Amino acid sequence: MNGSGFFSILAAVAALACIPLVIDSNVVLNFLVTALLLTLAGQGWNILGGYGGQYSFGHAAFFGTGAYATAILQTRYGLNAWPAFAAGIAAGAGAGAAIGALTFRSGLRGSYFALVTLAFAEVLRIIASVAPITGAGVGTLIKLDVGPRALQFASRASFYWLILALVAIALVVTRLIAQSRFGAQLVAVRENEDAARALGVDATRVKLGAITVSAAMAAAAGCFYAQYFLFIDAPIAYGPWISVEALLAPIIGGVGTVFGPLLGALLIKTLGEAAKLVTGDAPGLDLVVYGVVLIVVVAFAPRGLAGVVAGFRAWLPPPRKPGAGVHPA
Amino acid sequence: MHLSILLPAVVNGVLTGALYALIALGLTLVYGVLHIINFAHGALLTAALFAAFFMHKTLGVDPYLAVLVLTPAFFVFGYGLQRFVIGPASHGNDGNILLVTLGLAVIIENALLFAFRGDTRTIDVAYGFSVVAVGGMFISVPRLIGFGGAIVVALLLWLLLGWTDTGKAIRAAAKEKLGAQLCGVDVAHIYAVTFGLGTACVAIAACLLIPTYYVNPHVGNAFVLIAFTTVVLGGMGSIPGALLGGLFVGVVESLCGLYLGESLGQIGIFLMFILVLLFRPSGLLGERA
Repeated sequence: MNGSGFFSILAAVAALACIPLVIDSNVVLNFLVTALLLTLAGQGWNILGGYGGQYSFGHAAFFGTGAYATAILQTRYGLNAWPAFAAGIAAGAGAGAAIGALTFRSGLRGSYFALVTLAFAEVLRIIASVAPITGAGVGTLIKLDVGPRALQFASRASFYWLILALVAIALVVTRLIAQSRFGAQLVAVRENEDAARALGVDATRVKLGAITVSAAMAAAAGCFYAQYFLFIDAPIAYGPWISVEALLAPIIGGVGTVFGPLLGALLIKTLGEAAKLVTGDAPGLDLVVYGVVLIVVVAFAPRGLAGVVAGFRAWLPPPRKPGAGVHPA
Repeated sequence: MHLSILLPAVVNGVLTGALYALIALGLTLVYGVLHIINFAHGALLTAALFAAFFMHKTLGVDPYLAVLVLTPAFFVFGYGLQRFVIGPASHGNDGNILLVTLGLAVIIENALLFAFRGDTRTIDVAYGFSVVAVGGMFISVPRLIGFGGAIVVALLLWLLLGWTDTGKAIRAAAKEKLGAQLCGVDVAHIYAVTFGLGTACVAIAACLLIPTYYVNPHVGNAFVLIAFTTVVLGGMGSIPGALLGGLFVGVVESLCGLYLGESLGQIGIFLMFILVLLFRPSGLLGERA
């Protein structure tokens, strides 16, 4: 896709920023907030999985660390919400760097990497569900203190602009990485790690950088979650749901593209809401839909929505015979 | 700690470990041949547990008899999944296979949640709590049967792989896909057979588990990470490795549970898992990856 320049980021963010001025519905805003929250976590996954080709099945480890750090620093250490938020992002990035250092240094790739990230998230979930500092099974409740000083807002719109600002930063960072030397090295590692090493790319360092940035974004989503819902417990923070959704968004939207996670998050949240409309309160069906969409996208549109759009554009102006040139070798 | 407490804990660990080994056997077989980690393995176990539960609940079929129906049924199910879903959808790309099996896991687990809600169910069989006394220890009969069943299945699988034409084709496809294809082996069929065998292992494990265990839509998750640990510990793709790994994990869990309490017993397994992955990813018995 050509439209991933800074101008299109500015245009997309500006358009999204105007929505609360036009629509004054808490239901719509709440939907958009959760979609943008997922965009942020998905953009994190996209840096490591999309550009770097390292499929993590445990981004909950970073999301949860950010969420817990924000919540615990406020409730137990009386820290103001703003520095707590920043500390949460730093804690998540630290967790990413630590897990990355352990796994990439021992040369884990492919399915082994997916397994070990899953296991780290699971270990953290078990620890969080028994450790006293996280409130164990009860969870941690952040005290209600509405006001910008405590990073809590009475209106949904303010929360919406906050998460939109975070997403905008993530989009710009992704765009900067994609155009940088570091990004090129990351893509080289994805395409062929051994060849990249042979050409002098320090693959371990590149992947380490990617997982740190990736974890910081996922952690930012976690920090926002804690601030928005004012409650966090082990199944929310470290549960498999966020690991799955964080990888769904970029894969469905288009891996390794700047706007992929945003497109994917909007689509899967829409599908999830539609499934809920059909079934009411019965749990499970929205996730069944996600699973089906995941398989269908992998099977029929491996480059995601962004790939479909690009393919459509390429196909549109000079009408060709159907089927011709669809499969680039 | 006194031997009279330690020994039963070890024996219990071995009995549980045999079932871990059986579940891991299916996983390691699929990995050894298709070179993929089947993330749907746990969800398939959950589905098999539900099947065994309802066979008993609505049809009154004893779980040990249900094996005769569920094993072929799950073989066919697994065969179909690989042949018609995983194979075509993943275009032979490893990353895609991971995502497709993850997608299947999400679908199966949540379809069960949607159909049966989150309730935990158990079955009532007459022999559920019967025990035999061996050397001053009381050993649960259903768990002993589970242990025996797991060993028998491992033996049968070993014979199948070693001495039948299908087994030879499976080993050929595992070693050299293209070469096997050139010799007339239908690799897509063999891959599907392997996946079917892995799924059948899970069905047998479910029938052996259900008399002493429970079922809910998330129960597979508890086993799947244990199965991953077992497989990684024993070496990906190694059948004796899966057996030994399973027994070892069972004993470690039992002892950690004894010393640290139930909820932290699992942590022992996962920490061991991470350590093995980090320092010896090819496993204790596996060849170099």
